[in-house]
Amino acid sequence: MIQIINTGVANIRSLQAAFDRLDLTWNLTVSAEEITTATHVVLPGVGAFAAAAESIDQLGLRKAIIDRINHRESATLCICLGMQLLCESSEESQSAKGLGIIPKAITRFGEGVKIPQLGWNEVRPVDNGPYLAGEAYFANSYRLETAPDGWGAAETDYGGTFISSIWRGRTLACQFHPELSGTWGESVLTQWIEGITC
Amino acid sequence: MLKSRIIPCLDVNEGRVVKGVKFQNLRDAGDPVELSFHYQDQGADELVLLDVTATRQERIAMLETIERVRQKLSIPLTVGGGIGSIEDAGRLLNAGADKVSINSAAVRNPDLIEAMSARFGAQCTVVAIDAKKQGEIFQVLTRSGTTAEAIDAVAWAARAEALGAGEILLTSFDRDGTRSGYDLPMLSAVTDACSLPVIASGGADSVAHMVEAFEHGAHAVLAASIFHDANMTVGEVKRKLAAAGVHVRTD
Repeated sequence: MIQIINTGVANIRSLQAAFDRLDLTWNLTVSAEEITTATHVVLPGVGAFAAAAESIDQLGLRKAIIDRINHRESATLCICLGMQLLCESSEESQSAKGLGIIPKAITRFGEGVKIPQLGWNEVRPVDNGPYLAGEAYFANSYRLETAPDGWGAAETDYGGTFISSIWRGRTLACQFHPELSGTWGESVLTQWIEGITC
Repeated sequence: MLKSRIIPCLDVNEGRVVKGVKFQNLRDAGDPVELSFHYQDQGADELVLLDVTATRQERIAMLETIERVRQKLSIPLTVGGGIGSIEDAGRLLNAGADKVSINSAAVRNPDLIEAMSARFGAQCTVVAIDAKKQGEIFQVLTRSGTTAEAIDAVAWAARAEALGAGEILLTSFDRDGTRSGYDLPMLSAVTDACSLPVIASGGADSVAHMVEAFEHGAHAVLAASIFHDANMTVGEVKRKLAAAGVHVRTD
């Protein structure tokens, strides 16, 4: 059973449909206990950094999510804003407090590119990781600029290089939307489900 | 680098895909779920579903169509047509849309752009602009092209950006369904005035027309007739675009 954390600010129909197509059962949760004990947990994310961070705190889920991701054997998938929330802060909302698992700040794309980045772009693993290169769908105005220590990473070019996904233990965090990235996206979801340990 | 997107557009009326000329004379072009899956299979980068129905009852049926399309679709889905409020937008997102496109309602009430962007994010807020050449300007049309507004499309696109839109879907009324190519002067004027991604729409009949649109600043091209009439598949179009030097998604 995949537990999808329902922060109430994310549009998660596409994600549910993607799991349905893979014949996987899912449930929406706001329970710290379920987040702690589930085999698979997804932190989805569409929307604003501050609203999502506040929602996590109001639901009392901060500690359960942090502990789960720091316990590297638990399969956790963080998508788009979900990946950004792993960091300490975001330029999008200076006062909001991220989960702080990654000691970095999220920044807005620079001059010279259309913002938001909307569309398909190439994802390239930096080293030979378990996740393959491919083309993924992005919809973001903010991004992680450099890879955190201790995590595997993939890069993408958009007005310079940014980090399009990171992985550690059984946690995968991606700035792109695997649920909207066609057959390649489905293969990423399957790899995460099947329990690749990095 | 970011790829240039090819977006088939399905106009949906009473649960069926239809296609008209200059927004009139609708003819049947198939089942929306079947066609969506078919285009995804051919390599479409995204799909747009426009609800061209008028009644409330038909709109509820449209939600069901969106749900059915969503279950099949592993690429982004934009839905537009008849959205008048933030609640309408929320219902479409809950049914499975990834982006919502607003047109007439945004002209009547520009604050809706701001409200949608704040609630759902800029990446999900698409402002659709229908316009036609009128003297020296490109005049905005609303209500499926039936009402001319005293607004210049170029200025309106810039205002939509300032209000928080994330993307512009720019349709040329003069070119819609005519197969005479996109309105390139209008496209250039809008992409120069606004730094959002712009989807060019209205008039495509060939790969050459699409290449022109990308050369004139489009981030994506929308097409309906060219695909519905099966004179070309999305895959064929993308191969020809790649050969012409346009960066498209290939897998």
